[in-house]
Amino acid sequence: MYAQMVKTDAARVRSLEEMEPHERAFQERIDAGQKIEPKEWMPEGYRKTLVRQISQHAHSEIVGQLPEGNWITRAPTLERKAILLAKVQDEAGHGLYLYCAAETLGISRDQMYEQLHSGKAKYSSIFNYPTLTWADIGAIGWLVDGAAIMNQVPLQRCSYGPYARAMVRICKEESFHQRQGYDALMRMVKGTPAQKAMVQDALNRWWWPSLMMFGPSDDASVHSAQSMAWKIKQNSNDELRQKFVDQTVPQAKYLGLTIPDPDLKWNEEKGGHDFGEPDWEEFFNVIAGNGPCNAERLDARKKAWSDGAWFRDGLTAHAEKVADRRAAAKIAAE
Amino acid sequence: MATAARDPAARQAALFEFLVRVGDNALILGHRVSEWCGHSPALEEDIALSNTALDLIGQTQLWLGLAGEVEGKGRSADDLAYLRDGYDFRNILLVERPNGDFGRTLMRQFLFDAWHYLLLKALKGSSDQRIAEIAEKAFKEVSYHLDRSRDLIIRLGDGTAESHRRMQEALDEHWPFTGEMFTSDALDAELVEAGIIPAPQGLKTGWDEIVAEALTEGTLKKPADGYMHKGGRRGVHTEHLGFILTEMQFLQRAYPGATW
Repeated sequence: MYAQMVKTDAARVRSLEEMEPHERAFQERIDAGQKIEPKEWMPEGYRKTLVRQISQHAHSEIVGQLPEGNWITRAPTLERKAILLAKVQDEAGHGLYLYCAAETLGISRDQMYEQLHSGKAKYSSIFNYPTLTWADIGAIGWLVDGAAIMNQVPLQRCSYGPYARAMVRICKEESFHQRQGYDALMRMVKGTPAQKAMVQDALNRWWWPSLMMFGPSDDASVHSAQSMAWKIKQNSNDELRQKFVDQTVPQAKYLGLTIPDPDLKWNEEKGGHDFGEPDWEEFFNVIAGNGPCNAERLDARKKAWSDGAWFRDGLTAHAEKVADRRAAAKIAAE
Repeated sequence: MATAARDPAARQAALFEFLVRVGDNALILGHRVSEWCGHSPALEEDIALSNTALDLIGQTQLWLGLAGEVEGKGRSADDLAYLRDGYDFRNILLVERPNGDFGRTLMRQFLFDAWHYLLLKALKGSSDQRIAEIAEKAFKEVSYHLDRSRDLIIRLGDGTAESHRRMQEALDEHWPFTGEMFTSDALDAELVEAGIIPAPQGLKTGWDEIVAEALTEGTLKKPADGYMHKGGRRGVHTEHLGFILTEMQFLQRAYPGATW
């Protein structure tokens, strides 16, 4: 996933007793595990939070095409090229379902694009890192899609119906993405020393940004507490990060790779790994637009949009002409 | 019994040449289309483009795979795609032309699809079962490619003044590269005679019809048939191909013998 630090507009989470009757009824439905559907009443904060989260998620899928697309033309075999094309196509498809899910909340895709292009809406920090070698494509599948799955599996149980249902399909495809990434790396570590070195280099660069995908610790965040009360979010950032590290360490070991964290060690007592703290200053810088590829990614999206204006206008004009001709033909026939 | 009297080695060489021609068209056009990834004018187009590229790369695997088999020297589809230099590539010049704006990309696709569709349709009846089988699968995919590119050509031709202008310019620019699709040489003649492929020039009437119909509906003007560029089918390319191959073959060239 790809939503980080989503705000809720809440100053604090209110109790049922403090709520107006309709809001209380809404919260009780959520507490009972019922799904909320598009046309039903919902608090404005719930709606806005979902729009922020789903659009951020959708934007991430779309911007995420760029670092991977960077290697499609250089994929080392026809099969790897086909797999990468299929993956990137899936991601554009995910973007499409997610924009549609967000549209059920009363915002148009064009408005969401506008927010992305103006910098008002964010996308995941991870896509502001460059893909420098072919191993980065494998590492993205393994680590980035792995982290995304960790976040998205619980979202299948999100209280908002259209988002939860979009996530069911997305999760299936993401697990294929993760497997293909791991498989590509497996092939490389069994190959030449240069290939193995390429994989280790990719892990060195992608490890910490992958941990940052979960966002900073949110145990004290009112936004997280509110999102959890609304069942938009199910687990804390730290819980998911821990799960990700515990899942990934043995996979790295199997590949014969070293995770670039001197503090990483198994903690018998907690039944999980201890690990170092990501560089949150770097994270906040990337979020603020200072990552290695922020400017390029956003410029590429803006350019695609503005260069394509004539294309979209042309199709709209044609559709209007066809409608006018039909109307004229109908009048003539009467 | 003229065919039976032919030299089997010559037949095999002609067959290899044909398979590489059709495979290289798919490979190079697939490469060009995939360059759009993430940069197209609408999300639906990103999806359609990666889908088209994926189909073309899939077809490349089948055609070049069979080419390697026919050649019998142990070369795989990957060997053929990644380890030949430009003069051994046999795609027509049209497919290596740069993407340009989205209108040029769509027009190139349409002009190619209309021909590709007719070629595959004919190849479904090839006397070589292996070719007929690949054509059967590819034809389904390419029918969809043609539906899509034809529809967009029409809508953009008959859209705004700007979209019309761009589509007309794209058509005028690509037109001199369409003649190569219908040229033939002794290698083609050999296979035509054996019922393995249709005569290239025989596809022209059908192509003219598909193209003329779409252009008329899209209010676009068919350019006059003037000088036609050619050379790709015998390995003489534009300067663009070298850069495509440099990019595409980078890893295989930089890490010889590595498996991926």
